[in-house]
Amino acid sequence: MAAPNGAVPAIEFRDVQKRFGDTVVLDGLNFTVAKGDRVTLIGPSGSGKTTILRLVMTLEDLTDGYIFIDGEPLTHAEVDGERVELKPKHKTEIRKRIGMVFQQFNLFPNMTVIENIIEAPVHVLGMSKEDAIEKARGLLDQVGLADKEDAHPLELSGGQQQRVAIARALAMDPEILLLDEVTSALDPEIVGEVLGILKDVAESTDITMLIVTHEMQFARDVSNRILMFDGGRIVEEGTPEEFFTNPKEQRTRDFLQAVVADPITGALPWQPAPGASGTPAAPATPTTPSTTSTTTQDGDPL
Amino acid sequence: MDSNFEALGAALPRILDGVWITLQLTVGGALLAMLIAVTLGLLARQENILVRGFARAIIEFFRGTSLVVQLFWFFFVLPQLGVELDAMFVGILALGLNYGAYAAEVVRGSINSVPQGQWEATTALSMTSAQRMRRVIFPQAWALMIPSLSNLLIHLLKGTAIVSFITMADLTFRVDQLRIDTDTFFAYTVGLIIYFVLAYILTLVMNMLEVQAKHRLGRGESLREALSLRSPDTGVDAGEGARS
Ligand SMILES: Nc1ncnc2c1ncn2[C@@H]1O[C@H](COP(=O)(O)OP(=O)(O)O)[C@@H](O)[C@H]1O
Ligand SMILES: [Mg+2]
Repeated sequence: MAAPNGAVPAIEFRDVQKRFGDTVVLDGLNFTVAKGDRVTLIGPSGSGKTTILRLVMTLEDLTDGYIFIDGEPLTHAEVDGERVELKPKHKTEIRKRIGMVFQQFNLFPNMTVIENIIEAPVHVLGMSKEDAIEKARGLLDQVGLADKEDAHPLELSGGQQQRVAIARALAMDPEILLLDEVTSALDPEIVGEVLGILKDVAESTDITMLIVTHEMQFARDVSNRILMFDGGRIVEEGTPEEFFTNPKEQRTRDFLQAVVADPITGALPWQPAPGASGTPAAPATPTTPSTTSTTTQDGDPL
Repeated sequence: MDSNFEALGAALPRILDGVWITLQLTVGGALLAMLIAVTLGLLARQENILVRGFARAIIEFFRGTSLVVQLFWFFFVLPQLGVELDAMFVGILALGLNYGAYAAEVVRGSINSVPQGQWEATTALSMTSAQRMRRVIFPQAWALMIPSLSNLLIHLLKGTAIVSFITMADLTFRVDQLRIDTDTFFAYTVGLIIYFVLAYILTLVMNMLEVQAKHRLGRGESLREALSLRSPDTGVDAGEGARS
């Protein structure tokens, strides 16, 4: 799979295999993510989406194959036809270009909000404390939590913790941002504000994003490519436009129907309800409409 | 009975000397035990099988042999091999190794119980394993290990009594002496009370450490609040602080 224009892709999976014991989760997976792409992985639970992100973040070791970041091997390289593991130091260097936001936030409870954000910039990137604090304050402002810098993570709501986690990841200036179901642990009414912030990030930066989400409206708004997974394989891929208006594979249609169809009319949010003469379905769908995201992101609904 | 108290009054300076020796052994032993516990606890988690095996062997050896025998070995056998050691040094060494081996398991277990997500977040931020341990994992594990360490510290205090076997005039030795001028019941009752008071003070200190460690994790009041007599809900606060 060659990247467009022959440019070096931000992420390349080449014949990646991942086994957990006897369970083969990924078997010879190939795909690339071009620089600046926003790629959303969708698919049923257990199809290997989280595993893919964890492999990129080096939280799991791949059992075979190669992952390249900006054309450089991440964990293993082919040397004289042999697959050799690279030094931990090499992994650490490449890893600095990658950031991740987790479903469970994973803020450090032994640090305040601002300490969480400046920790890695100061101790990993060697930024001065003053600069790191200034930058952290800017990011807290961006995620609408400027007044919470001295709070402890556990004093914050889930939505606020996730916003801090986003700020913490962005403070490292990642080239690649991995988002694994970042709103799944949140109350439905909070989901919109977190997604709104991520949409802003997508619009205001050129960070490459690899996203796993069940929020189809968000996937549609933010990504330029969607990959549908099932059983560790890519079933279908395309632009959100192609994907949501005219899915080619039956497997994809079934999946979309199951996750996003209106529970009453059976209509997909971007399709007219069957029988409803030409009127688009109301946005009252299980996914949070993007309009809500933008109005509530600073916690101040006008 | 009055004569007993007179004798106690007369013996007081010697008893305080004994308390001082016991405290030195307890604090010295505890500091050495902590150093050993953290070192062995961290080594016992290493991937390298030799390093891990080495740590495990030391832990098992010192947990599996009697403290008294270790003490005698250092004090009576080493001199025969030409190594003459000061009794206080031997006492601290034996206590530190023995309780350090127990505490190493506490340290290792607490580190392992810090949630997986915390470890993963440090990887996602490209922290080195040393940074991860020092700045994220250990501070959280510390709050988890204090109750067990507190327990071991009380055991260590009581364990110091055996140094009277190696000619040290610690609290137990002085209480034994007191028996000559008073009677068995009186002297050992005094001994019980003094050990109890020492243990209680240590428990209070450890409780304060625990309140502080939890507060650092954003759970519960600060130490100042816990000790404050001015706070509006004083009664509750002071009670909580002393118990938790
Ligand atoms: N640590 C693990 N040990 C064993 N099996 C695992 C582990 N992590 C994931 N799996 C298995 O790998 C498969 C893919 O999991 P995952 O990547 O989490 O899927 P998804 O994120 O798409 O729901 C599942 O069958 C899951 O049970
Ligand atoms: Mg998943």
